[in-house]
Amino acid sequence: MPTLSEQVLGAPAGSYVDVPVDRAMAHDGTGVLAHQAFCEMGCPGIRRPECTYLIFDHIAPANTSTTAGLQRELRQFAREQGITFCDIGSGICHQVLAEGIVRPGEVVVGADSHTCTLGAFGAFATGVGATDMAAIWASGTTWFRVPETIGIRFIGQLRGAAEAKDAALDYVRALGMDGGNYRALEFVGEGIASIPMAGRLTLCNMAVETGAKAGLCRADRETLKYLAAFGIHAKEQVPESPHYVKEIPLDLSSLVPLVATGHRVDHVQKVAALAGQPLDQVFVGTCTNGRYEDLLRFARIVKGKQVKVRTLVVPASRKVLERISAEGILTELVRAGCVIGPPGCGPCLGAHMGVLGEGETCLSTANRNFTNRMGIGGDILLSSVATAAVSALAGELTVPEVPHVR
Amino acid sequence: MYGEGQAICLGNDVDTDRIIAGRYLRTRDRALWAAHVFEDLDPTLAARLKGTVLMAGKNMGCGSSREQAVIALKEAGVVAVIAPSFARIFYRNAINIGLPVIECPVACREGAMVRFNLAEGWVEVDGSQCHSTPLSPKMLAILKAGGLVPYWREHR
Repeated sequence: MPTLSEQVLGAPAGSYVDVPVDRAMAHDGTGVLAHQAFCEMGCPGIRRPECTYLIFDHIAPANTSTTAGLQRELRQFAREQGITFCDIGSGICHQVLAEGIVRPGEVVVGADSHTCTLGAFGAFATGVGATDMAAIWASGTTWFRVPETIGIRFIGQLRGAAEAKDAALDYVRALGMDGGNYRALEFVGEGIASIPMAGRLTLCNMAVETGAKAGLCRADRETLKYLAAFGIHAKEQVPESPHYVKEIPLDLSSLVPLVATGHRVDHVQKVAALAGQPLDQVFVGTCTNGRYEDLLRFARIVKGKQVKVRTLVVPASRKVLERISAEGILTELVRAGCVIGPPGCGPCLGAHMGVLGEGETCLSTANRNFTNRMGIGGDILLSSVATAAVSALAGELTVPEVPHVR
Repeated sequence: MYGEGQAICLGNDVDTDRIIAGRYLRTRDRALWAAHVFEDLDPTLAARLKGTVLMAGKNMGCGSSREQAVIALKEAGVVAVIAPSFARIFYRNAINIGLPVIECPVACREGAMVRFNLAEGWVEVDGSQCHSTPLSPKMLAILKAGGLVPYWREHR
């Protein structure tokens, strides 16, 4: 039986394939170099503009005149080429593509490592660099070595305060930062059926933190229900029993809130073991945890209270911002003392706002805690939304106790 | 596809944030990337890279897809990067810009003379040779052309 990756790419693991790309995405960060390579290739135009997306999210809005100048050139290019262009404020590229664009069975390539997020729809979604993207713009195709697949089998259901993010940190811990290298991850088992799309996007998002090429969930009734809300009618992907090179069982029912520390995403401990650690900043957002469900969960915990540490909340997209605004959640966040940023990547990569000072610690719902990523000499702890919320209220790392609020 | 240079040893899991930090990405100035390469790992490295072969530990180049990381290394004069394993986007990016990357589980000694031949699939450190993982014919062709841009111009 073929794995999902084998099914989508149409060849067995180990083979090299040239495949048409159904969705090609770049952002303001990688788009600049892709545009330059594309011009150097001497191509007259983008081969499949209807499948091509340029989304400004990394430094949105621009912070310096250099950035603004580069963005101006890219805007102009997008208009000339007739591709889908999403300007600042639209949201994070992966979230925008998750809002009624990507469908099951598609090949999705993004010039961003977290493109694997979109595997949550049963698509083969992976990240490439800028020059690869330029070649995709030129040809509409790319090449892959079809990856072998590791099965992550979730047993039981999430309980108490544990979230999909904790499950993600748990499998990154189990595999390590290179345990998925050159391979795809497939999330299977009874546990996955109980996780809604927001959580599946979180799970697939962190696949690249193990080095994996892609992270995939089979499209099931949950996927179809989510897509139907966007007017998309897709088919379930038939469950099979494929051959995995390795299978890792993880028990969701015994999972507790976790935190990644020490500049390594795979250095994962129980929040309880580090409770009381002082914090200087809390950041809620990103392609990992900036969706409506995340901000709702955060707001339910901080509502009517005051955060004790500076807290940045950055919605993953304009649609998310619109919805939390319409439902009054935005007001609750502002009243609780949170600072709201424009939809986009926010402080995640330390390129513009929300940068840490030397010796400061940020508890973040993002996916990377590499040395100096959010600012020179700053330390990053990665956690779930609930952990971030209770910790923001306490001003120190705190174990969430939020039964059945998911 | 022969090359040689003096070895500089690096550890495991060197991420692309440490190769070139996010704060330096918003430019097209390649010289600036070369000047700040490895700044958050070892600020003395940038000035010493010309003509060297980087011998990294496992999972070299993990993290972000930023192509500026491989460009910074090439621009700083790195001849090739050797590691027991690479993060796949870094690996693919390196080939696409014409920087030889060689998967080979060979031990590093700082300053050792390293020779390699990509087409023949070997690496030699201080005179002792070991096999490297062969590249696919397409990857080898891209590297031989000097990267994906010149390859594309030749083949379209």
